[in-house]
Amino acid sequence: MQIELRQISKRFGRFEALKGIDLTVASGTIHGIVGENGAGKSTLMKILTGYLGRSAGHILLDGREVACDSPASAAREGIGMLYQEPQDFPPLTVLDNFIVGRDGPGDANRARQRRRLRELADRVHFHLDPDAPLQQLTVGERQQLEFLRLLGREARVLILDEPTTGISDRQKGLLFEALRRIRDDGRTILLVSHKLEDVEALCDRVTVLRQGRVSGEESAPFHLPRLLQLMFEAPEGTAPPAAVPTRSRRHRPGEPILRFDRVSAPGERTGLHHCSLTIHRGEVVGLAGLSGSGQGLFLRLAAALIDAREGEVRFHGRRLGSDDHRAFRRSGGSFLPADRLEEGLIPGFTIQDHFALADGIPARRARQRARQAIERFDIRGRPDTPAEALSGGNQQRLLLSLIPEQADLILLENPSRGLDVASAEWVWGHLRGQYAQRGAIVFSSAELDEILAIADRVLVFHEGRVVRDLSGDAIDYHQVAAAMTGH
Amino acid sequence: MNDLPLGMLLAGILATAAPLIIAALGETITERAGVINLSLDGSMLLAAMVGFMVGYETQSFLLAFAAAAAVGALVAGVVAVFGIYLGQLQVAVGFALTLMCRDLAYFLGNPYSRLQGPQLVPLKIPLLGDIPLVGPVLFQQPLVVYFGLLLVPAVWWYLYRTGRGLELRAVGENPEAAYTRGIDPRRQQLLYTLIGGALVGIAGAAYSLDIKPGWGRPQGIEGLGWIALAIVIFGGWHPVKVALGALLFAFLQVFGITLQSVWPSIPAQVFQVAPFPLMIFALVLVNLLQRDGVQRWLERRPGLALLLARLRGAPPRALGRSFHPD
Repeated sequence: MQIELRQISKRFGRFEALKGIDLTVASGTIHGIVGENGAGKSTLMKILTGYLGRSAGHILLDGREVACDSPASAAREGIGMLYQEPQDFPPLTVLDNFIVGRDGPGDANRARQRRRLRELADRVHFHLDPDAPLQQLTVGERQQLEFLRLLGREARVLILDEPTTGISDRQKGLLFEALRRIRDDGRTILLVSHKLEDVEALCDRVTVLRQGRVSGEESAPFHLPRLLQLMFEAPEGTAPPAAVPTRSRRHRPGEPILRFDRVSAPGERTGLHHCSLTIHRGEVVGLAGLSGSGQGLFLRLAAALIDAREGEVRFHGRRLGSDDHRAFRRSGGSFLPADRLEEGLIPGFTIQDHFALADGIPARRARQRARQAIERFDIRGRPDTPAEALSGGNQQRLLLSLIPEQADLILLENPSRGLDVASAEWVWGHLRGQYAQRGAIVFSSAELDEILAIADRVLVFHEGRVVRDLSGDAIDYHQVAAAMTGH
Repeated sequence: MNDLPLGMLLAGILATAAPLIIAALGETITERAGVINLSLDGSMLLAAMVGFMVGYETQSFLLAFAAAAAVGALVAGVVAVFGIYLGQLQVAVGFALTLMCRDLAYFLGNPYSRLQGPQLVPLKIPLLGDIPLVGPVLFQQPLVVYFGLLLVPAVWWYLYRTGRGLELRAVGENPEAAYTRGIDPRRQQLLYTLIGGALVGIAGAAYSLDIKPGWGRPQGIEGLGWIALAIVIFGGWHPVKVALGALLFAFLQVFGITLQSVWPSIPAQVFQVAPFPLMIFALVLVNLLQRDGVQRWLERRPGLALLLARLRGAPPRALGRSFHPD
């Protein structure tokens, strides 16, 4: 199905997110939408699926104008979307989540749907237990399920918003293979991504958005510097931004800050088993591993958000128990979760409100602090912008700006999730400059490359255990990758 | 208990529990869809009055219960329209309605005070009603008791075994996600708030036409609406557990009356009031089970853990939060 968007505009209050987008996607192709964080990619896609209303513009499918003013009406036209934040029902089972929806053919016959789920999963080599509660799955697995569901609904246009975040290389390979196969069946795929490697590997054509406008279109094979130029408007001839600052291999740990002593805890998919290690001042520690191998539990235990079943966690020598997150913060700890809106920020609270809450200061001073932070952290918003109206990258900047300056243990879960190259570079530059000397930084990441580039110590998680603890020059890509998969 | 045969005691518990089961199940349906209808205590009273009034005038139970159901649905409809579509706080609207409906019931019902009206008679089911002990308890009851008892498996079936029931639960957990999947969450919430309200209305009429027949001030069912709301929480929003909660409360009430004859020296008020704090105590106990510390303590006691795990229940995640599409 050919998609044609004409002069699509979208305003949020006074903010103009999309300023007249024209886009044509040929039938049976994989079309990439790339751009910096906040360029309007997700907004445009949500308009195409009818989740967001448009302020102006027309949508044409195969030359026929359609309304697409609600997800239901877009679904009737055969448009389905895999959202960046999973749109599902955590307390229900995998099978229930697969069944729910009126966006295509399907019925409530559980035996039939169970068979259908298995067939679809087998076709793309995903492994999901239909009876598991969804809340036991990782974000990556939830995304897989939603992808299968959309396949089952026989969507003719499939929109994927950052589908490769939080999934392993193997899963990514499977997903790409499946996407190519359904494209060859004649379906049209829109791929939103900030990862140019994904776009290069998959897309037939790419549209670049910058600040709510189309800044260019390219066809495969892509010329990388050209795409980067369209994304960031760098003058012709200059080098593309370096991926991330390189790590200093000099590794001189200071005094211990955080100590795990034979800690075990249930949770995630694998739990965490008998984890003993010490993190010192001056370390930047990367937690590697397939998603859901215990890294998330490790971070939450360290932040005293959950309680160890066995063993003890000590922060600055003080033992952390349950409900000690306040004590953790008071003694200089900070935790930035991957799910920024659900765990990190408060939807409905403005940037200013977040400062008032974090520092316990009156509104006028909070407004001043918010202004300074917006300036210093280059947040695209105003003091009275609600947190949920910020793009993913700007939410991350807001979270970073909320870390107290005297903090000496920064825990980050997938800090560059959903960030483009420039934003990720900025985030790491800030973190290293601000905290690496004074304290320790511990982060997990779905991107092995990021861990190898940033960390000067790498802990490899596999099935809830730390199977490698590598420092400095001992860090080796092949060894880490092998350990992650259990070798 | 010495002067009351066991059969009569059990039959009394069942009859006392039936309206409570109906009201609590109605609220369960509403809350599973994500809407809190807090008006139960008032709307039950108003429905009881209207049910009695229509029954008195027409001598038709069908019309009486239909009118009561309509009143319940109407009050719920106000909560739904203000809460779901106009974005007002559901709890605030519900609470205001509670007070308004109570006053309205006593004001409009005044002419019907202390009149001799129709009363449901027990309906003996052939053959089954003759079984010793079980017969009188289960099969010689008024129609509304059968209705309440059959409602439990019916609601359970609908919620957990049908596609529409799955949609209902999905909407209550995450209306945004339901919306992305082509479901209109607000329409679903409106529908289930109305259905839940109708059941609450029927429960109200069950009091004025069966359990506490007649109309007067005080009617003697004040507070039961709040108990029904508490039972929904007690039952963890699960229809079978909710019904068990209603039975437990009815047991406490009937048991209290029985004990009164055993210990006449204790003031009667103690037995009348006792079920309420006991219910709160049971609520605390159930919620305590959700705590990590208790869970860990239970891990060393698998038998008890298995039993108590059945009692746990989490509220629908979107409960009381209105959804607005862009």
